[in-house]
Amino acid sequence: MSAKRIPGEVDPLDVLAIDSLLSDEELLGRDTVRRFVADKVLPEVGVWFDEGRFPAEMAKEFGALGLLGMHLEGYGCAGVSATQYGLACLELEAGDSGVRSFVSVQGSLAMFPIWAFGSEEQKTTWLPGMAAGELIGCFGLTEPDSGSDPGSMRTTARQDPSGDWILDGTKMWITNGSVADVAVVWARTDPDGPDAGKVRGFVVPTDTAGFSAPEIHRKVSLRASVTSELVLDSVRLPASAVLPEVSGMRGPLSCLNEARFGISFGACGAARACYEAALEYAGQRVQFDRPIASFQLTQRKLVEMMVAVQRGTLVALHVGRMKDLGTLASPQISFAKMDNVRMALEVAREARSVLGANGITTEYPVIRHMNNLESVYTYEGTNEVHTLILGNAITGIPAFG
Amino acid sequence: MNVVVCVKQIPDPADPGALDPNTKTLKRDVKLILDESDSYGVEMALQLVDTAGGGEVTLVSMAPNSEVGGLRTALAMGAAKAVLVSDEALAGSDALGTSKVLAKAIERAGEADLIITATESSDGYTGTVPEQIAELMGLPSITFAKSIAVEGGTVKVQRQTEAGYDDVEAPTPAVVSVTAGVVEPRYPSFKGIMAAKSKPVDEVTVADLGIDASQVGWAGAGQEILEIAAAEEREAGTIVEDDGEGFQKIVDYLAELKVI
Ligand SMILES: Cc1cc2nc3c(=O)[nH]c(=O)nc-3n(C[C@H](O)[C@H](O)[C@H](O)COP(=O)(O)OP(=O)(O)OC[C@H]3O[C@@H](n4cnc5c(N)ncnc54)[C@H](O)[C@@H]3O)c2cc1C
Repeated sequence: MSAKRIPGEVDPLDVLAIDSLLSDEELLGRDTVRRFVADKVLPEVGVWFDEGRFPAEMAKEFGALGLLGMHLEGYGCAGVSATQYGLACLELEAGDSGVRSFVSVQGSLAMFPIWAFGSEEQKTTWLPGMAAGELIGCFGLTEPDSGSDPGSMRTTARQDPSGDWILDGTKMWITNGSVADVAVVWARTDPDGPDAGKVRGFVVPTDTAGFSAPEIHRKVSLRASVTSELVLDSVRLPASAVLPEVSGMRGPLSCLNEARFGISFGACGAARACYEAALEYAGQRVQFDRPIASFQLTQRKLVEMMVAVQRGTLVALHVGRMKDLGTLASPQISFAKMDNVRMALEVAREARSVLGANGITTEYPVIRHMNNLESVYTYEGTNEVHTLILGNAITGIPAFG
Repeated sequence: MNVVVCVKQIPDPADPGALDPNTKTLKRDVKLILDESDSYGVEMALQLVDTAGGGEVTLVSMAPNSEVGGLRTALAMGAAKAVLVSDEALAGSDALGTSKVLAKAIERAGEADLIITATESSDGYTGTVPEQIAELMGLPSITFAKSIAVEGGTVKVQRQTEAGYDDVEAPTPAVVSVTAGVVEPRYPSFKGIMAAKSKPVDEVTVADLGIDASQVGWAGAGQEILEIAAAEEREAGTIVEDDGEGFQKIVDYLAELKVI
């Protein structure tokens, strides 16, 4: 894949030779995930999407490969670099955004808070099984009336005199909710209690009485991914269920930063898959006695797509290197998430047009990616929210409320 | 149980390869990867060690320019260590020269119960190295294995034949060549990739192995490539118009080929 090319020639799938910026180890990891996706995801994912399901067995395969919580150290996790984690997200999302979502949620949203803010007991109880894919996690922040403004959440956590916590409320749009063994749930504490109304995180085994997670149906996006509601009806948890090391919105927001980082790579994968599908199709489809790739209008589409994918990948790689150096600031993550997902959606739409009528069926990957990317555009901070974060970063004036 | 696996690192078959017009051999000064044919042997070796409940897999490779790309892949799959022979004197080695080097490198790798190789490499295809190694080391040789089991001091192999397979046994240590595609090689996991960084690769020269440089490379080669030519273009196929009897024409054609 990282071919030494004849001087003067370029690889149509990597025109800027971005691969040459990756180490041998990064290439080995990247190529392994690419092969895994080609073997295990691509042959099936169209069917999963059509049927609106994600096979739970895949979790163990992800675990065996070391994809789950791969950027965390210890507790059965591989401890790879942020860049390597990003490259894995890129390859997974070249398969399907839903498949990448599973890995992001498990690693960055469910395992990360336990790893970063959990007690030793919470870590040893949950992380090894989650790394192996034997236990599935989910992350409950969004609520029916609280999306872009998660600080407005209504889910409450009350501590009774015995020290037990009692959780009440509803979470919405929760990836993996119905298949999860454990939910990391964020809830507001009693304003008069010891936490003075701050948001705290709770590790909730999903078999706890009062917890249920009905699946959300009728989605036309991210269909190869389970999305659920979490209903918390007087869910009683021991005092040890709270994540001890964090309070306030910093907790959930730091998890989101981890996941958003992965998405900025992932979006490039979805975009690359659309570009590759369009390039191949345009070379084969003949109209007016010539392959449609020979029309100037089509070439322009292909070139614009290629340039967008390459540019987005460079942005992702750059933030990856900064994250590994420990210098990455959260507006920079917003830059990469906002711009790369927007880019991917535009590439998907352009690719869709190149495929003509074939572009509207799930026989080809393009419209699946296009529909998926609508979710990716909205979750993990909408395009607008990231614009406002950057607006605040460059003007110093918050414009959220 | 300790298993040595001979692995070749070759130019990526997905890339356009080039022949050196002077030496008439494949240019190997590019980045090399693990020959897919060898991934089956690595997988079998890892399974044998797992089944035995102990021991390790050691890789042996001969490659130019201290290349370790392919070795790292096999180490990430789970092999414990590697011996790499890299020496300018090895350029131009023929199959026998290669076998002499590998036989010595296998000895250097330590006590082995079994030596596994592929049936043939994907870039050279001589298909003679495994048997030559066995002969040079004075060990039994079993070829075309589709499954391997070791019990006591005996290796039991299902040896693939055109009709099915033969059950073959030999005392260990033995050299067994494995048919491609008979097991599903595991993916190198991320934990494996991280671990592979610190696994030892013992890089040696021809002299370290006690081999006289005149025995290997161009100097020692007993064969010479006189001429190379491009493969003939494949002839265009026949197009059968389906006039309702198309199926009969296909049946006739297959019968003519004696396929049915
Ligand atoms: C498939 C899928 C999976 C998801 N998985 C999870 C999960 O696992 N866990 C979880 O907690 N959540 C999850 N979410 C929820 C997701 O994070 C939210 O949908 C997202 O934060 C947006 O919230 P909302 O849908 O309520 O939209 P709203 O916040 O109501 O926004 C509606 C529109 O208004 C815009 N808007 C809002 N505020 C402003 C403003 N101040 N200025 C300008 N525009 C504004 C938004 O950008 C958007 O365009 C998931 C969502 C989807 C679609």
